[in-house]
Amino acid sequence: MTALLVTEHLSKQFGGVIATDDVGLSVNDGEIHAVIGPNGAGKTTLIAQLAGELAPDAGTIRFDGRDVTRLPAHERSRLGLARSFQVTSIFRNFTVLDNVALAVQAHSGSSFHFWRNARRDPTLREPARAALAAVGLADRAEIVAGDLAHGEQRQLEIAMALATRPRLMLLDEPMAGMGREDGERMVELLRGLKHGHGLLLVEHDMDAVFALADRITVLVYGRVIASGRPEAIRNDARVIEAYLGEAESARA
Amino acid sequence: MGVRSLALGAAVAGLALVPLIARALDAPFYVTLFGRIMIWAIAALSLNLILGYGGMVSFGHAAYLGVGIYTVGILSAHGVGSAFVQWPVAVAASALVALAIGAVSLRTSGVYFIMITLAFSQMLYFLGVSLKMYGGDDGMTLAARSRLGSWLDLEDGVVFYYVVLVALLVFHVLAARLVSARFGLVLRGVRGNERRMRAIGFPTYRYKLAAFVIAGAMCGVAGILLVNFTKYVSPGFMHWTRSGEIMVMVILGGMGTLVGPALGAAVFLLLEEVLSGYTEHWQLVLGPVLIVIVLFARRGLAGLFEREQA
Repeated sequence: MTALLVTEHLSKQFGGVIATDDVGLSVNDGEIHAVIGPNGAGKTTLIAQLAGELAPDAGTIRFDGRDVTRLPAHERSRLGLARSFQVTSIFRNFTVLDNVALAVQAHSGSSFHFWRNARRDPTLREPARAALAAVGLADRAEIVAGDLAHGEQRQLEIAMALATRPRLMLLDEPMAGMGREDGERMVELLRGLKHGHGLLLVEHDMDAVFALADRITVLVYGRVIASGRPEAIRNDARVIEAYLGEAESARA
Repeated sequence: MGVRSLALGAAVAGLALVPLIARALDAPFYVTLFGRIMIWAIAALSLNLILGYGGMVSFGHAAYLGVGIYTVGILSAHGVGSAFVQWPVAVAASALVALAIGAVSLRTSGVYFIMITLAFSQMLYFLGVSLKMYGGDDGMTLAARSRLGSWLDLEDGVVFYYVVLVALLVFHVLAARLVSARFGLVLRGVRGNERRMRAIGFPTYRYKLAAFVIAGAMCGVAGILLVNFTKYVSPGFMHWTRSGEIMVMVILGGMGTLVGPALGAAVFLLLEEVLSGYTEHWQLVLGPVLIVIVLFARRGLAGLFEREQA
C-alpha cells in the first residue's frame, strides 16, 4: 500500500491556543484512517488544513508524493482530495441532482460557458446520477436539497465529495446528528467507499469508528497521543485515560 | 411556462407599440418615459447578474454607468461622433474599470465589499466633478447623439427608442442563457455556499471577477444609451444615490429573477413619474412599498409570477 496523504510536523496556533501540535499522520489508498479525540482536540482544524482552507504555521502536507502545503483548496480538489463538512454544507436551493452535477462540473473543464443550458448537459447529469446512486439517493434526485431529511443531506454530502472523483476523502463527522438506522446505513456506505479511495474519517461515534477504521489516531489538545490498529488503541492506557474513559463514563 | 412566455411576449409587444400609441394619442412623452425605463432596466439587469445571481452586494454600480457616459461625452467633445468608435471604447472602458475595482473589492466580503465598492464609485464621482474641462460639477451637454449611419438616425426619438428596445431584448436573452449555463450555475453556487464551491474544486475568485466585469460592461452600455438619451454628461449619474436606486430597482423587481430588474425599473420610474406630480417627497411612498416587498415577497414582484429555483 502506498501512502496517499502524509503530514509531517503539522502545527497551527490561534493566538495562544495550540490547535495542531506537531502532527504526523498518513492515509493509505484503500484504507480508512480514523482521527478521534475529545471536543476541542483540533480535529476539524486538522481537516481544514488538509483541505486547504487553513494554512498551517509549520510542517508539510504531501498528497500523492507532491507537496501541497501551500496549495489552495480548489487545486487540492483537482488533485483528488475531497472533503465533506461536519455541518451539512450543501446548496439548499438547488435540487439534489443540481448539487452533485455542480461537483461534477467543477472537474470537467472550465466553466466559462455562457450559452448552453448546463442542466441539460448529459456529461454533467449522468455522472451526477451515478454518484447519487452510489450513496442511495437515486430516487431523490429531483427534490430540493433543503427539503431532504437530515440523514439524506448527510448522504448528499458524501455524494458531492464522491462526484469530484477523489482519491482521498476527508470526512468530517459524516454521522453527525444521525439516528441509529441512518448511522448504520452510513457505516455500510463508507465501508464500500474504502475500495478505490483512501478515507480520513473524523467521527465521534465510537461504534462506527471501531467498526470501520483500519487505523486510528488519537488527538488530544492538537497532539497525537497514540496511533495504531483499533485493538491497540482500545487497550492503550493513555487513550483510555484521555478519551475513551471519559466517553464511557459520559455514556453511562 | 406557457403563461410566462405569453406574458413576456405581451410585454415586448406592448413596448414595441409604445411609439405608435404615443403618436396616436399625440403624447410623445410616453416614448421618452418608456425609453428611460428600458435604459435603467439594462442597468438593473446588469447589477442583478452579480447581486441577484452571484450574491455580490456591489454598492457602486453607477460607476460603470458613469464610465459609459463620460467615455461617449469626452469622445464627442473631441469631435469623435461615430458610434462605431464611441461604443466599443465605452464598453471596453467600463469593463476595464470593473476589472480594476472587482480585482480589489472581491478580495473582501460582506460589509467590507459593500463599502469598498461604494468608495470606488465615489472616487469616480469626484473624478467627474474635478474634470473642469468636461463641465466639472455642472456637467456638459452632448453636442449630438452617436452617429450610427444615415440609415439609423438616433436623433430621431422613435429610432432611438427601438435601438434601446433591441438592446434590452438582446441583454435579456444573453442574461437568460448565461444564468442557466455552466457559468451561471457557478455564480449561483457561489451565492449559496462559496466555501463549498471551493471545496468541490471551483476557483471562485476568477468566476466572480468575470461576472463583475460582464456586469460592468453591460452597465457601461446602459451609460452609452443614457448619455445619448439625455444628451447630458454629469457626475450626478455616478453619485452613490444612483447606485442605490439601481439596487432598489433590482430588489423591488426581484433579485435573481430574469424579469425582475426590468419590472423593478418600470415600477420605480412609474412611481416617480406619477407621485412626483403630487409631491417632491415621492420617495415617502416608495419607502413603505419597498419595505412591504422585502418583508412579504422575498423574490420581489417577479417572484410573485416566476417560480424558478435559485
